[in-house]
Amino acid sequence: MKEYKQMKSIFKLCCATGLLLGLFSCKNTSQSNLPIYGEREAVEKTVDGKQVIDTVYHTIPAFKFLNQDSVMISEKDFEGKVYIANFFFTHCPSICPTMNRNLLKIYTQYKDNDAVRFLSHSIDFKYDQPYVLKDYANKLGVSNDHWQFVSGTKADIYGIANQYLVYTAEDKNAPGGYDHQGYLVLIDKDKRIRGAYDGTNDEQVKKTNGGPTKAIERS
Amino acid sequence: MRTLLTTCFIIGCLLSALIGCQNEIDIRTAQYSVNGQKVYITHCQNCHGEKGEGLGNLYPPLTDTKFLEKNRQKLACIVKHGATGELEVAGKKFNNTMPASNLSAVDIAYVLTYINTKINKGKEIFPLNEVEKQLKNCQ
Repeated sequence: MKEYKQMKSIFKLCCATGLLLGLFSCKNTSQSNLPIYGEREAVEKTVDGKQVIDTVYHTIPAFKFLNQDSVMISEKDFEGKVYIANFFFTHCPSICPTMNRNLLKIYTQYKDNDAVRFLSHSIDFKYDQPYVLKDYANKLGVSNDHWQFVSGTKADIYGIANQYLVYTAEDKNAPGGYDHQGYLVLIDKDKRIRGAYDGTNDEQVKKTNGGPTKAIERS
Repeated sequence: MRTLLTTCFIIGCLLSALIGCQNEIDIRTAQYSVNGQKVYITHCQNCHGEKGEGLGNLYPPLTDTKFLEKNRQKLACIVKHGATGELEVAGKKFNNTMPASNLSAVDIAYVLTYINTKINKGKEIFPLNEVEKQLKNCQ
């Protein structure tokens, strides 16, 4: 009888271990499926005297922008970080409030995680000076420097928007004078684009949940 | 026996008339708030949020019923012409510009009814004639 009980508990233990293993293996497969966006090209390289073909992915180039504290920041401040970038302007009457309300939810979740950063570019190069962006950030409820709000010249900001594959344009007929897309763009540690979620669509924003974590563990 | 029947009939008539009236008001309120939801989604939701929760210290919430009651006379004008300057809502200070919507009087009545009955838990319609009266006296 005692032997039977022992057998039973060993059986239970095995079952539990099996279940746990199963869970972990599931988790691992789901982490590896973030796509890499943008143009890519195959290049031939010589590694250890052998010719190999490697893929070069689209990456975000170097940049320099003034942030909300009038400090010049660059891609170096995002080195080794996963970050979410977007394009907005402070007095935007159309999609920005919804987009930044949603980004704020993600920020609140990740703000104490040192591996994650947020970068909002203002496309209103005329009005959104650092002090305007500082006021906006404070009122939005941003409480640390993990979320940067930057401004720059029209050429620099609109140029970098193209690199993030986000459409931006000055347009007199658009509400507020600027037309742009509301994508939240997920960048990994290697500066590659790993996700673009419509910041005005609740379902898509929910998908970012775990997106940064996946990107951190992948790269 | 006959008087009893007549009394019953009269009471019945009165009751059904009462219930009928009640329903008519409910239907009108429902109609206002359904139309108001469309106006809300197009003109208000971006800043004030799906549930009227506002956004940080940028855009005030629409759930401070004390503020709404106190400023009831100004609501139609605020929706139509926007607002500037400092406002204290739900214990927080706001100082942003709300753009003019230029909505028609009936759309304003719809949206204020929606805010009153769906975003908040009020029962009352925001009648069109009240909106029209307020709009004539906007400052």
